[in-house]
Amino acid sequence: MRGQLDRWLFRLGAPERGPIELVQRRIYVLPSRAGLVFAVALVVMLLASINYGLSLGYGLVFLLSGAGIASILHAYRNLLGLRLRPGRCEPVFCGETASFLLVVENARATRRPALCLRLGKQRTAFELAPGETREVPVLAPTHRRGLTQPGRMVLETCWPLGLIRAWTVFVPDMPCVVYPAPEGAPPPLPPEGEAEGRERAASRPGDDDFAGLRAHQRADSPRHVAWKVLARGGPLLTKQFSGEAGGDLSLDWAQLPAHLDIEARLSRLTAWLLAAERSGRRYALRLPRVACAAGHGHEHLHRCLRELALHGTGQPENAR
Amino acid sequence: MRGLSWPVRQRRATPSVTTLTRQQCAWLLAAAALSLAPHVSWLPAWIMGFGFALLGWRSLLLWRGSAPPPRLVLLALAIAAAISVRAEFDHFFGKDPGVALLALLLGLKLLEVRVTRDALAVVLLCFFLQLSLFFEDQSIPVAGLALAATLSGLAAMASLSDANGRAREQLRTGTLLVAQGAPFMVLLFMLFPRADGPLWGLPADAFSGRTGLSDTMSPGSISALGESSEIVFRADFDGPPPRPDQRYWRGPVLTDFDGRTWRPRAFAEGAAPFYTVYGPRLNYTLTLEPHNRRWLLALDVPAAGADARLFTSDFQLLARQPVQSRIRVELASHPESLIGLTESDAVLAAARRLPAAFNPRTLALADELAAGAESHEAILRRVITHLRQSELIYTLRPPLLGSDSVDEFLFDTRRGFCEHFAGAFTVLMRAAGVPARVVTGYQGGEINPIDGNLVVRQSHAHAWSEVWLEGRGWVRVDPTALSAPRRIDDGLAAALPEGEALPIMMHPRMEWLRGLRLRWEAVSNAWNQRVLGYNPQRQKELLARLGLDQGSSWMLGGAIAGAGALLFGLLLWWATRKRRPADPLERVWMRFCTTLARHGIARQAWEGPHQFGTRIASEASMPSATREAIRAVCEDYARLRYGPKCSADDMRALRTRINAIRLP
Repeated sequence: MRGQLDRWLFRLGAPERGPIELVQRRIYVLPSRAGLVFAVALVVMLLASINYGLSLGYGLVFLLSGAGIASILHAYRNLLGLRLRPGRCEPVFCGETASFLLVVENARATRRPALCLRLGKQRTAFELAPGETREVPVLAPTHRRGLTQPGRMVLETCWPLGLIRAWTVFVPDMPCVVYPAPEGAPPPLPPEGEAEGRERAASRPGDDDFAGLRAHQRADSPRHVAWKVLARGGPLLTKQFSGEAGGDLSLDWAQLPAHLDIEARLSRLTAWLLAAERSGRRYALRLPRVACAAGHGHEHLHRCLRELALHGTGQPENAR
Repeated sequence: MRGLSWPVRQRRATPSVTTLTRQQCAWLLAAAALSLAPHVSWLPAWIMGFGFALLGWRSLLLWRGSAPPPRLVLLALAIAAAISVRAEFDHFFGKDPGVALLALLLGLKLLEVRVTRDALAVVLLCFFLQLSLFFEDQSIPVAGLALAATLSGLAAMASLSDANGRAREQLRTGTLLVAQGAPFMVLLFMLFPRADGPLWGLPADAFSGRTGLSDTMSPGSISALGESSEIVFRADFDGPPPRPDQRYWRGPVLTDFDGRTWRPRAFAEGAAPFYTVYGPRLNYTLTLEPHNRRWLLALDVPAAGADARLFTSDFQLLARQPVQSRIRVELASHPESLIGLTESDAVLAAARRLPAAFNPRTLALADELAAGAESHEAILRRVITHLRQSELIYTLRPPLLGSDSVDEFLFDTRRGFCEHFAGAFTVLMRAAGVPARVVTGYQGGEINPIDGNLVVRQSHAHAWSEVWLEGRGWVRVDPTALSAPRRIDDGLAAALPEGEALPIMMHPRMEWLRGLRLRWEAVSNAWNQRVLGYNPQRQKELLARLGLDQGSSWMLGGAIAGAGALLFGLLLWWATRKRRPADPLERVWMRFCTTLARHGIARQAWEGPHQFGTRIASEASMPSATREAIRAVCEDYARLRYGPKCSADDMRALRTRINAIRLP
């Protein structure tokens, strides 16, 4: 019903990928509740003016109505020409709150006050300085794993008098990857894989044991800089650590107990992935159709989690 | 399934401390103070004090950043306010208690307001309070004050929806809205159908508190008006105004005398005058200020005219309803007409009647003057001669008189204002057997040289007498003129004796002040006529001039809608138009690019100035000097744009360089 109405009234369709420029036909204007109260007050004042024959009373009422009419255009103009682009959206675990970032660009040399971005019941108030481009976050709870679109968003303003609400409705294409929720109390990680892992164990960099110093590179984390050496007047060096000794883990869908359903399996694998990453060991993921080779690190973790999120959803696995 | 939980609709909790910013509060306070302050001349002092105390309390809270007082305190205050208003006015339903309650409510609401949602109510109360100001006064200064208050109200609304804006921006927004709303106001003001008379019964106190002439006269009642320079009416004559000695504006005619007070006698009313007009005719337009009485104060004696007025058997001109708003009437007068040639015996008998046992010395004097006189004219001549010789003094501050007021005036104090003169003369004539009566009204008036209108003020209030003579009817005699002839020709100030304290405006040394006042009154008159006096009739005239059929409300509605749509279209154009870049450098560069594009050398959207210049330099189709010049401009622009600073000299050099380019 809502969707029908949206399609018919606001001409909404599939999510829009590119930048959305707020042109005339995308902005809608109606009086707000305060505007209706204001109108009723004006009618009362007009009746009093008619009854007592107050010429200036007519003048006051008509001036206020004129200002109210002019405020329609101010509200409309406050949105006109804004450019909206889907921005970043960090992956979250199912049940967490996703934060969708919308990039709003004000090309005009004037301030745009009192804007409000709304998604469902969540609202974010913001304003734009002249020529400013800003990322505006709007939060939404997540209920299902997979790729989630924020859906119908509303950008509105009641400026300048609060009597008129100008708004625009749009469906940005900004999918958020929602990972399966990790299982609350997962069983311990499965035993290590075979000997292939052991061979490389010694040379593998990790986070746990101090293994020596090497020349600093710009990409190194400041946490690993050997500040003491620097303080003594030495060169800028980076501390190297080696991972805990141990073989590669293999987290395999097929080896999970048979009684678990798909979501439970995904939950457990998610929990295990996190645990494996924390343990500092290399781990591989095997799902019925896809497999991730053994690896370690932030990027690897997220690649694996993404596979879990998209498992069986039919969504293109290379999307975003 | 999760546990059963009913969705409970929660009332939005109101925070215990205010979430309004200081600036929003300050705007609200400014709007409230500006709306309340002009009421100081009408509202009882304690209400103004109470109202401003509430505002002051709120400002103190704002300044200290503390929370509003608890609800219970406010409730108690509200009840106390309501009870006090009831005690002050004895009733709740009416204009005055309504305005008083509104003023107190504004202060209380302002104290209570915590979130922006409530603040709209404060602004609306301000607007109501501004409207109520117009019950009392609609002059230009009051309109100016109301405009300032409206502006601050709109700025307060703007700050409510935009908490982070600066105060100047809010004011600018408010001003812009007022400026853009003004054309709509003018349009609606002119075309919105005006109604005649009230829609429902007005409360009894709607038009209270008007000063002016009353329908009785006792010693001191007219001299009380002598100090007031309030305008009673203005007359705009078609030709030259009448001579000063013809400027008698007739008000109530007083026949019955009880020894102290003169009262009017019952009279007949008719749609046609009770006399035949004669002699030259004066056409004029009278703009009468509201006085809540029916008399129209026409110049003696009015000719028959439109049907909205009535003629009385004592030759007054009356409106059908009390004059409760400023009205304009087209009138004509024939100053030389004879009136009352055939007067009824009852009227003449009443005009001879005197209370017994009052003023014995006057009665004796009258007997003495009437003895041996062969006609009423002869008696009149003798009385006039006597009064002229008895050296009575004309003064604005006559001494108080006892019960035989005429005796005391004529023989003891010998000082009086026009009501003493007229009263004494009439009593003398009646005692001598000649029918006579007192006429009150206004005498004189001053011409405003700015707009040529004759302005008559309360200080022109006057009383004179009429004597009935066989064959001549009622003849006007002005006894004041006998003792102070300059009162009639030159006005009150000239007639008063040397050394008498004058009202400040009448002082000869205040000539410049009077000039200023005349100028101001001419402006006020134009305001009154054009703005305040815009009534259904004038609206019809305007519509007829615009060619709109006055009978058709469809056409009027169409005209409003059409003109409104036009105004709205203009605003829409304003709202959607593209601004040219604010930066002068950007402007020059855009113009340069457009010019080049017109000559077939278009800069592509993805090309920066540097890249563009390099491409142009390598084009073979142009003379090399031009190519190099264009490239130099592009380099210049890039340097100024991205370099450290762009001075006015740099700009000038760039412009010169652009102008020097000769394009094919």
